[in-house]
Amino acid sequence: MIVSHEWLKQFVPHTHTAQEVGEALSRHCVTLDNIETLGAHLSSFVVAQVVEAGRHPNSDRLWVTKVDDGSGTLLDVVCGAPNVVAGHKYPFARTGTVMPGGLKIEKRKIRGETSNGMLCSARELGLGEEHDGILTLETEVAPGTPLLDVIQVADARLDLDVLPNRPDLLSHVGVAREVSAVTGVPMKAIPADITSAAPSVSAHRGAESAQGVHAAVTVADAHACPRYVAVVIKGVRVGASPAWLKQRIESIGARSISNVVDATNYVLHGLGQPVHAFDLAKLADRAIVVRATREGESIVTLDGVERTLAAGTVCICDGTSPVALAGVMGGLHSEVTDATTDVLLEVAVFEPRFVRRVRKAVGLGTDASYRFERGIDGGNTEDVARLAAALITQVAGGEVVEVLDVGAAPSERAPVVLRPGRLARLLGMTVATGEIIRRLESLGCRVTEVDDTLLVHAPSWRHDLLLEVDLIEEVARLVGFDALPDELRPFRPGAAPDHPLHLASRRVRDVLVGAGLAETRPMPFTANGNEQSPRVRNPLAEDEPYLRASVLDTLARRAEYNLSRMQGNLRLFEIGNVFTPRSGRLPLEQMRVGALLMGARRPPHFTEPNPPAFDAWDAKDLAERVAAAAFPGRACSFTAAPDAAAWDVVVDGVGPVGRVEAVSVDRPVWASEAWGVEITLGVLSSEDVAAPRAHAHAPAERESAAAHAVRFAPLPTTPAAELDLALLVPDTTPAATVEAALKAAGGDLLERVQLFDEFRGAGVPGGMRSLAWRLTWRHPERTLRDKEIEGRRARLLDILEKELGIRPRAS
Amino acid sequence: MLPIPNLLVILSEYLAQADALAHECRVLLDGLDPATRLDVAKGQLNALKDDRLATLQGALRSLPAEDRRAAGTAFNTLKTAIESALDAFASRQAANGDGRVFDGTMPARRSWRGSLHPVTLVIDEICEIFRELGFTIALGPEAETEWYNFGALNFPPDHPAMELHDTLYLGEDTLLRTHTSPVQVRTLQRFAPPVRVLAPGQVYRRDFFDATHAPAFMQLEGLAVDEGVSFVDLKATLAEFARRFYGASRRVRFGPSYFPFVEPGAQMDVEVDLGDGKGLRWVEILGCGMVHPNVIEAAGVDSEKYTGWAFGMGPARIAMSRYGVNDIRVLYDSDVRFLEQFAR
Repeated sequence: MIVSHEWLKQFVPHTHTAQEVGEALSRHCVTLDNIETLGAHLSSFVVAQVVEAGRHPNSDRLWVTKVDDGSGTLLDVVCGAPNVVAGHKYPFARTGTVMPGGLKIEKRKIRGETSNGMLCSARELGLGEEHDGILTLETEVAPGTPLLDVIQVADARLDLDVLPNRPDLLSHVGVAREVSAVTGVPMKAIPADITSAAPSVSAHRGAESAQGVHAAVTVADAHACPRYVAVVIKGVRVGASPAWLKQRIESIGARSISNVVDATNYVLHGLGQPVHAFDLAKLADRAIVVRATREGESIVTLDGVERTLAAGTVCICDGTSPVALAGVMGGLHSEVTDATTDVLLEVAVFEPRFVRRVRKAVGLGTDASYRFERGIDGGNTEDVARLAAALITQVAGGEVVEVLDVGAAPSERAPVVLRPGRLARLLGMTVATGEIIRRLESLGCRVTEVDDTLLVHAPSWRHDLLLEVDLIEEVARLVGFDALPDELRPFRPGAAPDHPLHLASRRVRDVLVGAGLAETRPMPFTANGNEQSPRVRNPLAEDEPYLRASVLDTLARRAEYNLSRMQGNLRLFEIGNVFTPRSGRLPLEQMRVGALLMGARRPPHFTEPNPPAFDAWDAKDLAERVAAAAFPGRACSFTAAPDAAAWDVVVDGVGPVGRVEAVSVDRPVWASEAWGVEITLGVLSSEDVAAPRAHAHAPAERESAAAHAVRFAPLPTTPAAELDLALLVPDTTPAATVEAALKAAGGDLLERVQLFDEFRGAGVPGGMRSLAWRLTWRHPERTLRDKEIEGRRARLLDILEKELGIRPRAS
Repeated sequence: MLPIPNLLVILSEYLAQADALAHECRVLLDGLDPATRLDVAKGQLNALKDDRLATLQGALRSLPAEDRRAAGTAFNTLKTAIESALDAFASRQAANGDGRVFDGTMPARRSWRGSLHPVTLVIDEICEIFRELGFTIALGPEAETEWYNFGALNFPPDHPAMELHDTLYLGEDTLLRTHTSPVQVRTLQRFAPPVRVLAPGQVYRRDFFDATHAPAFMQLEGLAVDEGVSFVDLKATLAEFARRFYGASRRVRFGPSYFPFVEPGAQMDVEVDLGDGKGLRWVEILGCGMVHPNVIEAAGVDSEKYTGWAFGMGPARIAMSRYGVNDIRVLYDSDVRFLEQFAR
């Protein structure tokens, strides 16, 4: 919302600077985004009087003048304007002045005559488009007076961030009320700009229709349009606006169009009431009918676009067809033009939901629809209508001949009860009842004190004051949040423990960072989806409309992004959510960790200039570490895929909860293979916790770390005995099978079984490999004898031969 | 000149000489500068040991038969000792750079350094501070119902307030949450007050992905509900947070704002230096307010008995200003050259 500081002063004649006003509003009412100073570029121009004007000796079009700029010396100035007249005053740029366009005025010779400065046109000053000549100033001030003292363009534009709860601030009068409440300067009853009194023509009234001499109004849908006031003004002369009105309109960055249109815009931005002026002669039957459209009706709106209306859209029509989109935009046919003499001024109240439907249906938002959708002040429609009519006759002449008023103002809402005690408890600070009353009254509330409570009637423009807490907010912001003590007070610790998935993700994250991976936070959308995939119905980017089902899929795309930038050493991870469709419910949402390894296992070093690339075993290790962190105290196992470097992660026999695998990445020849890990940490429940307005309070559960605490194993006091076994294992027999057999047959004292070598080649038959295990035994009380180990070796080889057909590799 | 008696035929003498030679070799090699070249070291060692070792080897045959086994063992031990002394020297030398002067300015054999995302760093720091102030972490789903995202949070149906949240819809009344505030309702439904939680999480808006907007971004919600909780608690706690996060001398102020789910609604501004050379200025850091009674009631909690305050902030914006990131897309691209700048 753009507010002109000067315009504001027409409503509340305060003496603060724009900066002070903006600051006060920010502290107590609405955030000030920006202040733009208008006219500052004109500060170095002065008023100058032309004392003599004569033809330039060497030109037909130029004049040579003597100019009094108040400096005491008459200056020679060459001027090209046809309207330069001795004795008149004009804006003057002395030498050294920088023009709005950036040109610096300097002393120079024009066709042989010296010129010490420049007499300026309106366009040269950025004050308008007229370039017929220099700007004649009707003023009595002495030459040398700053130009800004004469032409009132000095202003400041306050850009206020008005939020949807305060539509009353979408006008100068609304902001002025706040300035008045904050500064204590009283409001003016009628803005100073509007000089003539409101016309006192009596109104034709009716609940559903009103028939006058010059026009008629019928409202067929009182729900959409609870109030419709029409004012007929005859004999207007459409033309340019007077300077002051033009300036008001331009001060908020709008464009001046004509006196009648500018007046309606004044009412919109000044009083917050959207109004529309129809050319009465163009209205069939001189009638306004607010009704639902019939099949096939359409309208050409002011912007020249023909809009077909769905049958049943409530619309402003004349005797035959639609003439305006109610609350949104008028029609081109009945637009006020230079030829217009009789005007029907529409000052109506349209229901927010109804205007929103129309606006969305035609896809056309306007200043008017913006205000109607948020709710305008319906409490003083007729007064505003008379004020608007008065303004039009003031700037465009004519006479108000008739007022038609259909519908009624909304009845006053029931008062809201405010308990000063509740206010004190909610704010943490007591505010005296007298001050509460004074603050609320400053906003236009009527307050009655009944026993210990206050009955508060909110003004008609404050649709947002419905509950006690709304009134508490009003008092709090006017007293100022800064007035509350900055004082930490005792509190009770909360009942909710940390979410278990938060704890799991922190543990996993620490492992991954420790392992040298970089956390990523990419976008969770993907192009990879199908009919069943959860899909955003209204995506902005159609190329990635699906919610992902895999974190690794996202990481693979990020890897490709890096590869395209010649980055091939990638260790990326992400902890994020994936979505699985469920019919008729929200998608199942899982928190997952994904990790991608690609490129050198270690940074190059002068001792190892070309480190090996990550392989499947690195990925499996990472997965083991991640799984251990994610599921502390639980048994994590890895189920190998047959004959491929891929594993399913199984926890406590349940799974798979994750996978380790080669990742399909579109990679250039220089890049190495990518390996990925993806493990589900858990489900983020999206079930309703309880029905609306109900709760499911229960004691908090927090998994105790004691449940999976490590038990200390006493350190050994006797030496261990070791045995290395190299076995010829067929490719079809998994190492895990052999290892299980070794453990089963190794006896109670077997402490450890470690695979330490794999060999294929000389001495190993085809289809086989040599796998070597180191077995460690230990007796808790004594040293094992060589003979005992030898006995175990013989027994192991015997069992392996019998059970698996596996023999030792000949040494 | 008398012939030197061949004492080596006596076992004790043989063992003594073998021990002596082993000792002298060790002393020689241990005493060498590790920068000594290996061939030089070997030359010195050979000069010392070659003749004497040959003598000892030859003498084995001269010993009485019953002493030969013991002497043989001693001879072997001697050879092993010399070899290990040489190995020890060689490894000292290797640690010293293959015989060159050790150059300690050369880089360490580094492992890859992992990193947390800058937005995570900011979230962590914020969570740490609120943890000091008694908050725990709550999480909620990103795919939500319209009721949790809007209805329970006092968004009037068909109201312009909804348009501040351009929503990505999944179905008729299901959507991607536009803020973390649904976690407020879920938490109040699940846990009886006192409740004091922080809810970081991804939220979604129907925005184009450009330098200043992203359709998915992190938000951080806070909620404190109990009997007697007041705006003073809100103000003091958030101001304390700001001082711990930005520095004790930072000025903090509160101004009015509007969110349907709080009343009074406010925003907190902090005077910060954004590092752009323009010095200190007021920047809006978070939105906050007293939880609207309609929200407390929607969660099935008595709003007359319990009051609360809540806030929401955007850690990505804070990360951008803190780390000087001027294009939000960099946070999502996952370029390792960006991520590795945050390595630890």
